[in-house]
Amino acid sequence: MRLPNVFSFPNFLSFPNSIVLRTALLFALLTASVISIMGVGVRIAVDHHFAEMDQQQIAGKLELIQEILVSAQSLADQDIAKSELKRALIGHHDLLVRIDDPNGQLWYEAGHHRIPETQRNAPAWKENGVPYRGRSITAANGFHITVGIDISHHEQFLNAFEWELLMIGLCGLSTMALLGFVATQRGFSPVQAMTALVARSSAQQLGDRIAMQGLPVELRELASAFNAMLDRLQDSLTRLSDFSSDLAHELRTPINNLMVQTQVSLSKPRDAADYREVLYASLEEYERLARMIANMLFLAKADRGLIIPSVEPIKLHQVFEALCEFYEAVAAEKPVQFLITGEASIHGDKLMLQRAFGNLLENAIRHSRANSTINIKIKTDNSATNIVIENTGDNITPEQLPRLFDRFYRADSSRQRNAEGAGLGLAITQSIIKAHAGNISACSENSVTKFNILFTKVS
Amino acid sequence: MKILLIEDEEKTGSYLKQGLSEAGFITDWVQDGLTGEQQALHEDYALTILDVMLPGKNGWEVLRAIRKAGKDMPVLFLTARDQVEDRVKGLELGADDYLVKPFAFAELLARVRTLLRRGRAREDDVLQLADLELDLRRRRALRAGQRIDLTAKEFALLELFLRRQGEILPRSLIASQVWDMNFDSDTNVVEVAIKRLRNKIDAGFSAPLIHTVRGMGYVMEADHASS
Repeated sequence: MRLPNVFSFPNFLSFPNSIVLRTALLFALLTASVISIMGVGVRIAVDHHFAEMDQQQIAGKLELIQEILVSAQSLADQDIAKSELKRALIGHHDLLVRIDDPNGQLWYEAGHHRIPETQRNAPAWKENGVPYRGRSITAANGFHITVGIDISHHEQFLNAFEWELLMIGLCGLSTMALLGFVATQRGFSPVQAMTALVARSSAQQLGDRIAMQGLPVELRELASAFNAMLDRLQDSLTRLSDFSSDLAHELRTPINNLMVQTQVSLSKPRDAADYREVLYASLEEYERLARMIANMLFLAKADRGLIIPSVEPIKLHQVFEALCEFYEAVAAEKPVQFLITGEASIHGDKLMLQRAFGNLLENAIRHSRANSTINIKIKTDNSATNIVIENTGDNITPEQLPRLFDRFYRADSSRQRNAEGAGLGLAITQSIIKAHAGNISACSENSVTKFNILFTKVS
Repeated sequence: MKILLIEDEEKTGSYLKQGLSEAGFITDWVQDGLTGEQQALHEDYALTILDVMLPGKNGWEVLRAIRKAGKDMPVLFLTARDQVEDRVKGLELGADDYLVKPFAFAELLARVRTLLRRGRAREDDVLQLADLELDLRRRRALRAGQRIDLTAKEFALLELFLRRQGEILPRSLIASQVWDMNFDSDTNVVEVAIKRLRNKIDAGFSAPLIHTVRGMGYVMEADHASS
């Protein structure tokens, strides 16, 4: 099963397939926008500032000229005013002045340029490539005053300033991009450590875990989920390898018996009865092997979910009654009794459930004390059906309980390989119960061992 | 009675043929599907044993051809794969029974006999062997005139033995017929049940009627040549 790639970017952003590169690029892009906005802002502000300064200067000159003009009412006065103006404007080389009399005739001008008549009311203009900014007012005596100033030094400054801004911006951008790349890469170093661990993990080496200390909060959940997965894998793998070595052992012993027995019987001539005896003994071993293989195949199929039970309503009381009849003779030998209480109906496969419950009853009979009773309690409510099978006998130790459903596990290790089965019964029971969406557990105290089966009802 | 055996595996085929012949059946053995189909259609057999995996034509196709031709002889198929689908498919196609490899020969023999018996007239109400008598209507068992108390299942067990006198009955068949339990039990449930039945009907009598056939099962007969 492949998980969907939740980290994939939309197609139009699919250029570099690395989170670090993408983040660094994105960061650079952001920095570029911020720097651009700032640059444009500064440029506008400076421009504005210069314009204001120019306006103030113009306003000052206009005021000065106006004052000189206001005092010159007569023609004689006008000549005095002209010379006064000339004196006042000495040294202001970047200043252009044009004064028209109330009739619109040019009355006075100053500066290395005449302000063209058309530009008299324009705030800014260019003359021979030189930029000017200006303003006109009409004085109280009807004279029209226009003042312009050469602002080329501002323009030059602004051009140089623009260039500097661009350079600073580019330097800043590259520094930020580099820092972003380094920072992201550093941020991702725990991921790289995890990658190294994953790459290192194999069936032989599943012992390493991601250290949770110092791990960023964002990665902690992933890391703990990953560690839990490794735990589960290791557990399954241990069980699996235990299982295969058990399996090899279980197969080796009977095959060894068969080989030795056959070799010994062939080592010298014997009479027919002896050969027959050997064949009988072999047959019993073969049957046991065949049964074990059939059980193992069943478990393998159950593991892959292939024991699709045919589903029909099953009356549990009836099933247990039939099973108790089946085990009646064995129980009478011990002797133990059965007591079934309660009734419930579940959906399932009758043959499979018979097999599962049968194994539990066999187990209960085997470990019961003489003259005791095996209780089978069936309970049901709206949400679940519960079956408890309890027998009186020696306690199962707490260490043995969780291993009870393992394959080839025998609680009593002295009872290796006798006629009582290969230790697959409870494993089979568990896989059948699981295939029916049920759960089985065991507990053992005060000389009572209980197997508890729970089928949750699906609404 | 003639039996057709269609089985491609050399060893299995020859042993089955030998076993069936020694059990008193005339057995024709063919090793591929096409020949098997020809034989089944053109000769008269009481029963066919059919392997599913066959060269030429597989078991399902042979079975379909047999049923299409209107032949209703019992067909027992052998399968190596214990898949639910296989079982269902075979029975849907008109097979009468199936066995999963590896199987015990005694089991095969018992199944064959069950299939051949099918459809025959009902037996009497009273079953008998030597001085043992089982009255089915009155649910009563007598040995040498003495009344024997049996539980319901012991009665059913004895009835099975008496109906199939002289036949070797494997444990799995007994469990299936008497208790309707169709799974392999690791415990000796059937042995113990038979031991208890023996205690009731054979103990104290000079000629035992139930005999153990080692490695095969149990048989009920009056004069048993013990092995």
